Amino acid sequence: MADTKRSMSVSTRASEAPALTESSAGLLRELVAHLRQNRTQLREEWARRITRAELLTAMTEEEIFAEATAVYDNYVEALETGTFEALQAYSRRLSERIIPRGVETDEVVGIVLLLRDVLARSLFNKYQDNVEKLNRILDSYEPAANRIANTVAVGFVEERERIIRQQQEAIRELSTPVLQVRERLLILPIIGVIDPQRARQLTEQLLRAIRANRAKVVVIDVTGVAAMDSGVANHLVQTVEASRLLGATVIVTGLSPEIAQTLVTIGVDLSEMATVGDLQGGIEEAERLLADRAAPTATPVREIAPESQR
Amino acid sequence: MGEELRLPIAADVDVVEARQQGRALAAVAGFSSGEQTVIAAAISEIARNILMYAKKGEIILGLVQNGDRQGVSVVAIDQGPGIPDIDRAMQYGYSTSHGVGAGLPGAKRLMDEFEVDSVVGRGTTITMKKWRRSI
Amino acid sequence: MEVPILRQGQYLIASIQSALTDADLSHLREALIAQVGRSRCRGVIVDVTALDVMDSFAVRTLRDIAHMARLRGAETVIVGIQPDVAFAMVQLGLTLKGVATVLDLEEGLAFLDSRTKATLDTKPKRGRG
Ligand SMILES: Nc1ncnc2c1ncn2[C@@H]1O[C@H](COP(=O)(O)OP(=O)(O)O)[C@@H](O)[C@H]1O
Ligand SMILES: [Mg+2]
Repeated sequence: MADTKRSMSVSTRASEAPALTESSAGLLRELVAHLRQNRTQLREEWARRITRAELLTAMTEEEIFAEATAVYDNYVEALETGTFEALQAYSRRLSERIIPRGVETDEVVGIVLLLRDVLARSLFNKYQDNVEKLNRILDSYEPAANRIANTVAVGFVEERERIIRQQQEAIRELSTPVLQVRERLLILPIIGVIDPQRARQLTEQLLRAIRANRAKVVVIDVTGVAAMDSGVANHLVQTVEASRLLGATVIVTGLSPEIAQTLVTIGVDLSEMATVGDLQGGIEEAERLLADRAAPTATPVREIAPESQR
Repeated sequence: MGEELRLPIAADVDVVEARQQGRALAAVAGFSSGEQTVIAAAISEIARNILMYAKKGEIILGLVQNGDRQGVSVVAIDQGPGIPDIDRAMQYGYSTSHGVGAGLPGAKRLMDEFEVDSVVGRGTTITMKKWRRSI
Repeated sequence: MEVPILRQGQYLIASIQSALTDADLSHLREALIAQVGRSRCRGVIVDVTALDVMDSFAVRTLRDIAHMARLRGAETVIVGIQPDVAFAMVQLGLTLKGVATVLDLEEGLAFLDSRTKATLDTKPKRGRG
């Protein structure tokens, strides 16, 4: 990761190198000095315009001012050094803070464009008597300003996407709860479409729940599963096997005879799987297993056979 | 990215070391604890194969990136006898050492990418990668 | 890393404390089998709670232990396989078929109690050794 960033900023500098002739470097220095001198006034102006444009409404004025100050300083530094790591890192942290509060992408793009505008106006005021110099200053300012705006916006969008993915993950986990109906008995009703990733999550969740609840019997109900291909079926077999390794017996319910037949036809080995017609029947069977204290639920030791061929 | 960890494999303690380092790297890359275990198990299998069939070799661990996806790569290199029939070696239960025969097919199943490159009399290189699911 | 083997009543309990090399595992197998023979115990518990990975060699060794102990009249139960470890095992195609596995030591003891009792009930002639 660190290396990627480093090489990115190297190429940035390289691509802007042609513009940095002696004089335009001097112009940028002059520009930076101007922005430093007028720091207080300019960032106040910026914060005011943010409020007036009704951007960042989720934040208080003090917060806006504090963030504006930090962004301003990072902005000037990026202009001065031509490197964007600090700004990139800051915009990521900023995004992390403000995204949970509902700040939207267009607001962030909006505030950066406002800053560009505030600074351009101030340059205009300073150099309005010398149009030729103003143009040259703006020429060296524009590309850097655009790049800064881009950096901040991209940082925000990336962070936002990351958070959205995280939330989707959380929702997925919530969507299939492992239920404990009585001591040592868990029920896992699976509903909807199962892709490999979801199947993996379900299994991990179930195995942890078996351990946490010291479950001896698990009923997996697949009545609500839209379709079952060999991938999902093999995964189900693996789940049954892994549960046994934790000492829990799995009963699968809701597997229609048609699906069962198809699975056998495509070569899924269901022989090790205890199946019961419907959920109610499965729970009754589970109760019997649990009540039968004399017979341990761990698979009794049979003849030692080689690991199954798969 | 870029940095890699080269671990010599010449004794059974090296197998333990390789899978522990693999787990640590997977943790750094942000893999879940379940996925860390999966990666460690795959490393254990191919590291043991080096020891068992080639006596010595090397495991190289690295972080890889593909777009915004992050992953770990594991390369196992030895200058041992090589594998004459790779297709057979990849079959579950096939073993020339009365082993379980689950190492190669199992490691393939555990990882997202798996490649065997082997020349009889020259040696074997196995390259495998696992990508993070999300975030 | 030597695995301590404790005797508790009719049972031997081996609790693995840390990651094991192949040599450690083989050594455990030999030590357990020797002790099963010497002590004429009825059951063996191998506690693998501390193992964070189980590959084909470990699984095979555990299966051998169960097999050999059985030939010497003792039941074996593996206890403490971690959820992540169990999942990785089955993905590798390693299911410990034919070997009893339960959640933890407490369950392991209960399992052996019920097994040895069942054996005594159904096969009284086999006696207590
Ligand atoms: N690095 C290697 N060099 C030479 N042969 C190998 C190597 N790795 C695996 N093999 C061959 O492939 C076979 C299958 O390997 P594996 O699936 O790990 O099962 P096992 O190790 O239990 O035999 C081995 O028995 C061996 O013949
Ligand atoms: Mg092997």
